[in-house]
Amino acid sequence: MPGTKEIRSKIASVKSTQKITKAMEMVAASKMRRAQDRMKLARPYAEKIRTVIGHLNAVNPEYKHPFLVTREPKNVGIIVVSSDRGLCGALNTNVFKSTLGLMKEWQGKGANVSLCLIGSKGLAFFRRLGLPILASVTGLGDHPHVKDLLGTIKVMLDAYRDGQLDRVFLVNATFVNTMTQKPEAQQLLPVETLDAGDLQERWDYIYEPSAIEILDGVLMRYIESQVYRGAVESVACEMAARMVAMKAASDNAGNLIGELQLVYNKARQAAITKELAEIVGGAAAV
Amino acid sequence: MAESTIHVDIVSAEGEIFSGPARMVFVPASQGEIGIAPRHAPLLTMLKSGEVRVQTPDGQEQYFFVGGGALEIQPRKVTVLADTALRAKDVDEAAALAAKQRAEEALKGKIDKLEQAEALAELTRAAAQLKMLEKLRKIRR
Repeated sequence: MPGTKEIRSKIASVKSTQKITKAMEMVAASKMRRAQDRMKLARPYAEKIRTVIGHLNAVNPEYKHPFLVTREPKNVGIIVVSSDRGLCGALNTNVFKSTLGLMKEWQGKGANVSLCLIGSKGLAFFRRLGLPILASVTGLGDHPHVKDLLGTIKVMLDAYRDGQLDRVFLVNATFVNTMTQKPEAQQLLPVETLDAGDLQERWDYIYEPSAIEILDGVLMRYIESQVYRGAVESVACEMAARMVAMKAASDNAGNLIGELQLVYNKARQAAITKELAEIVGGAAAV
Repeated sequence: MAESTIHVDIVSAEGEIFSGPARMVFVPASQGEIGIAPRHAPLLTMLKSGEVRVQTPDGQEQYFFVGGGALEIQPRKVTVLADTALRAKDVDEAAALAAKQRAEEALKGKIDKLEQAEALAELTRAAAQLKMLEKLRKIRR
């Protein structure tokens, strides 16, 4: 019976692949839920810090922190958040595409672009472009910590403070829902004016040690929290994208198995028919 | 009735740590520990690493460790923006240096493990294809 054995082993191999993709799908689903929870947990901090900055701004408008001053954009820094691992559909490609678009836009305006890369997929991709990479961090895992991101962010903040960068952007995938993740670029520096919306009562704060130092510390933490949010959201997106990709892969494997089974059955039937014909033919000859 | 409690929110970038009323809060401010009672004057300050002590209305005390952060006091509300990581100037500096180094290494072309695995997989695939081609060639002859 030539052919049937090959088909059988092929079916077994597709089946084992399907098992893996199914397992990956389920793992991604549970990790996605946890990443979403972390996204939610990061929200109150960002909101609180935003209102504090709003208060600070409203109370002393005469002081302009360097992070709040808009300069001529000659040098642009882009922080790109990507995943560390693949097998998550077009997620990273979409983020890179939108980054390239942003880069073109600024290069068209005559600005130099340098990069800061979070995640090894981004590092592998942008290394080939030959643009200056100021800092990078990889291997954050499924649970990124603020402390792992601090070094990278500090490099960008220092560069901005020294005037080596005039704009800093953050590009990451944003979680719309399980099926859709959209890459989004957001300006980190200079900090776009924050509205002190819910500032119903105005207090003149006592500052300890001084308003300037506090504003510095708070702004730095604000930007760190933004990048952290980006990293956490990117993990949630990665898991969602992987879940969808792996579901598609499992379904495809199922279809493939069905088709192969059909072919196998036909081959088996043909072999049996042939054998019968041989027996019948042999009997007739005798 | 005079207000005898003050609302306390302790939040960090990675999650909410505490939220609720308190009779008194003690925090390690950058210029020394301060105790905050209800109707404290509005104050903004930075925090050192240390312990935040919250006296809940039922007389119990709760302790939280903060690595530093910022503190905002409004008459009826205290917000502690806590850092999850210990912050010190030299520690930050070291982290920044490490981040720079990683970028430089990547530019120099040092391949990290993950990519090595990818390259290996590619190689085995290519080798298999070559073998296949050779076989085909033999058959044709």
